Amino acid sequence: MSGDASLRTTSQRIAWRATIVLSTLVFIFLMAPILAIMPLSFSSGSYLTYPLPGFSLRWYDEFIHSARWMASVKNSMIIGVASTVLSVVLGTLAALGLAQWKSRFKPLVLAIVLSPVVVPGVITAVGLYFFFAPIGLTGSYLGLILAHTALATPFVVITVGATLQSFDMNLARAAASLGAPSLYAFRRVILPLILPGLASGALFAFATSFDEVVIVLFMAGPEQRTLPREMFSGIRENISPTITAAAVILTTVSVILLATMEGLRRRNERLKGNSA
Amino acid sequence: MTEAFLTSADAPTDVPLKRRLKRAERARQVKALALVLPLLAFLLFTFLGPIAGMLWHAVDDWEVRKVLPLTVAALASWDGKDLPDEKAYAALADDVLAARAAGTLAIAAKRLNYAVNGFRTILTGTARNLKAPPEPGTAKETLGKINPAWRDRATWAAIKGASGPVTGFYLLAALDLTRNVDGAIVAAPPDQAIYRDIFVRTFTIGLSVTVLCLILGFPVAYLLATLPAGRSNLLMIFVLLPFWTSLLVRTCAWIVLLQTNGVVNDSLRFLGIIDAPMRLIYNRFGVYVAMTHVLLPFMILPLYSSMKAISPAYMRAAASLGAPPLTAFLRIYLPQTLPGIAAGSLLVFILALGYYITPALVGGGADQMMSYFIALYTTETANWGLASALGALLLAATLLLAVVYGKLVQGQQVTGGMKN
Repeated sequence: MSGDASLRTTSQRIAWRATIVLSTLVFIFLMAPILAIMPLSFSSGSYLTYPLPGFSLRWYDEFIHSARWMASVKNSMIIGVASTVLSVVLGTLAALGLAQWKSRFKPLVLAIVLSPVVVPGVITAVGLYFFFAPIGLTGSYLGLILAHTALATPFVVITVGATLQSFDMNLARAAASLGAPSLYAFRRVILPLILPGLASGALFAFATSFDEVVIVLFMAGPEQRTLPREMFSGIRENISPTITAAAVILTTVSVILLATMEGLRRRNERLKGNSA
Repeated sequence: MTEAFLTSADAPTDVPLKRRLKRAERARQVKALALVLPLLAFLLFTFLGPIAGMLWHAVDDWEVRKVLPLTVAALASWDGKDLPDEKAYAALADDVLAARAAGTLAIAAKRLNYAVNGFRTILTGTARNLKAPPEPGTAKETLGKINPAWRDRATWAAIKGASGPVTGFYLLAALDLTRNVDGAIVAAPPDQAIYRDIFVRTFTIGLSVTVLCLILGFPVAYLLATLPAGRSNLLMIFVLLPFWTSLLVRTCAWIVLLQTNGVVNDSLRFLGIIDAPMRLIYNRFGVYVAMTHVLLPFMILPLYSSMKAISPAYMRAAASLGAPPLTAFLRIYLPQTLPGIAAGSLLVFILALGYYITPALVGGGADQMMSYFIALYTTETANWGLASALGALLLAATLLLAVVYGKLVQGQQVTGGMKN
């Protein structure tokens, strides 16, 4: 059933055509909003309608020269990078531990570790708001970094855990039997081999923090407003072309992350193919 | 490896080795656990603790206890059948005077106002008119004169009901229930009974979006699973790119497309299909379109991986045995995709239930889901008890579904569907 070459009967061919037509419509549905918003950010007019009156970079200029937008980009980077580092450290340690730990409590621990992904954002945000406000962690970078780390760590645990599944623990044993101290063995043997998983976990973690807005809505003070938070209020008030410029910039970041991720996956598959 | 050693370790001379191995294994396990502990401790502080705190807020009832302590103590022995005795009235008078002096009366007034609408007025009015503690034995008369509500059993029942330390009040309220004067659970007055509607609305939107995602996602997943790897990888970009694009960018884009003078309305008018622009956003239609768009990849990816695992040989076998294509599809192919359908649908439904940002931006007042009200009661009206009770119910629903999902996809690769 690969492609329409092997389809013999008329009804099969009709069904296959229908699948292609329906899928094309869904692909258009999926891509249309992203494709439609891009050209608008290059419009020389200030209305978000087609046809464009002309081409201009004025909205990008406005974005770059706006203290508010630039501050939000800076905040997103600070919080994103810090929570990525923290979640990679915590998540990698936990994944290494979980790979070796044998206990009937393991499913429970795993469920706890992964639960921040499942619990609705508002519930986490409200809980953190109640919990962090009395100890002065709302309206602070530290509070947001900690909260984003909690949301991002499951992705690191999952991706590093997946890499460890194909990791041969005998390599670590061999290193130990040759007299390597465990930290040295980790640095020289384990780390290089799980690095692709670690890198895609880090990308996931950064993307999670970079796109998060519910917790920021509840916990950020005026000083910590991130790019999505700034976009949220912009969309609420009135969508201006500057927001479409911000949207294009955000999308570009996503594409870069996605491409890096895909590159890592391919590299990993190639390595696996070579060793097999 | 360890097990092989252990089974051959029956001979008495091997016992020390067996013990040594056990000890080494135990040390390894302790080390493994020690690696997981930092994350568990971290989550205790940044996730589990906060969630537990929220659950506690749903049943915590401290306001009246703190502001009117003497009254609470005096009412402890009150059976609720008649009006309380003089002692309780005197205690209330003392409490009100003390609370007024301390400026804490509003805290209790706010809590009691949740139980009986207008209680705030009763309490503040009483505080204003009560200049000094009543003469011994006249408290009942004095308070009754200031506000006849103090001659009503329901007023006192409300105070007793709010005496804490824990209460089911908010949880009942979140289910449109309340306790009457006699303490029996009854339906809440219609002007307060809005939460069942909100639950129904949340589940309706979640379910509709799930069905829409399934209808739109099925053919796409089928196409991707059936095409040769090269072409299917290329088309996968159309699924992954939106998946990776910021939720806010996508929501913003839909507003631009669907607004009154937006691209869709302009195109339809240009094509002569409509005369006046249609209202496509800030209503339920907008919510369905934007939410389906955001959640569709979460349906396609699990469907795709379940379809990818189906061997084409089954369909060929069915055809060779004379099954018409439709019969073969319905009886051979579809049943094998059921795990994927179930996993994708559950995932989309779980995520949809908790949605906040998208409905808040593209929905109208009648399209807001549970999360919106939880946020509203937390930040706007500061009714933390009700916010937490609604949160507890939403959390319970989500976790229940997540457990089912976990059982369903056990052993399956789910990473692709985990990005929030």
